[in-house]
Amino acid sequence: MIKLSAFISGLLFGLGLLLAGMANPTKVLAFLDVAGAWDPSLALVMVAAIGVAVGPLTWARQQSSSLLGRPMQLPSKRELDPRLVGGSLLFGIGWGIAGICPGPAVAIVFTGHWQVIVFMLAMLAGMLLFTALETRRTH
Amino acid sequence: MNIDWLNFTPWSSLAGGALIGLAASLFVVANGRIAGISGLMGSLLQRRSEGAIEKALFLLGLLIAPLVWGLFATLPKIEFQSGWLGLTVAGLLVGIGTRYGSGCTSGHGVCGISRLSPRSMVATACFMFSGFATVFVLRHLLGG
Repeated sequence: MIKLSAFISGLLFGLGLLLAGMANPTKVLAFLDVAGAWDPSLALVMVAAIGVAVGPLTWARQQSSSLLGRPMQLPSKRELDPRLVGGSLLFGIGWGIAGICPGPAVAIVFTGHWQVIVFMLAMLAGMLLFTALETRRTH
Repeated sequence: MNIDWLNFTPWSSLAGGALIGLAASLFVVANGRIAGISGLMGSLLQRRSEGAIEKALFLLGLLIAPLVWGLFATLPKIEFQSGWLGLTVAGLLVGIGTRYGSGCTSGHGVCGISRLSPRSMVATACFMFSGFATVFVLRHLLGG
């Protein structure tokens, strides 16, 4: 059951990204281009997603386990540190260059575009680099 | 401000967003986990990953979404603007940035804001700001 719900969640997430237009880098860049011909569609994606998720996530904050009896694992970190700000700023620069963020990157791997493979390999390399630097830092 | 009404897709974007919200809700309500894609991927790249099977299955669902979509309808348009160099630089920045920033558009932007996390609100403001700024610089200052 726990495996099925994980799979269904991922599948619905991907179908949502495709339907929303988030999986099209040209549309994402048109949203980020406020000074050009601005396509505000993707703001509505955020509005609808948050509108649907705010209830269940508020419920989740008050629970210690999920409906299927799993521990509720919500992030507990509170402090606003330079890593959060710096990392997010870097992410935004990458997002603004290609118009691809991690979810859509995964969701369009199997659509036959070479570009997403290049992006995906570079993104995985970036994540591995982070892990390597972190391991060095903590040892 | 000059709105591109021709390419504005309010209904499909609202419906797609609602589906994303539903998916994130299901994952937290059933599995007790945050549907943050960069976090799930980053965690699976580490040697010891707690709940690896659930995380991998979520990503598998995401991965095969276009194949499932393709059974019922033609895929929506997917067009890229960057060449290999841009894609490589962008990918590296997205990979490193989302790991240092503990999340991306899904984990911070959707799940984090939905649970009213101040960290996620700050993160979302940061990547939205640098996303807007980057496109402005590339398209309007450098005229790329």
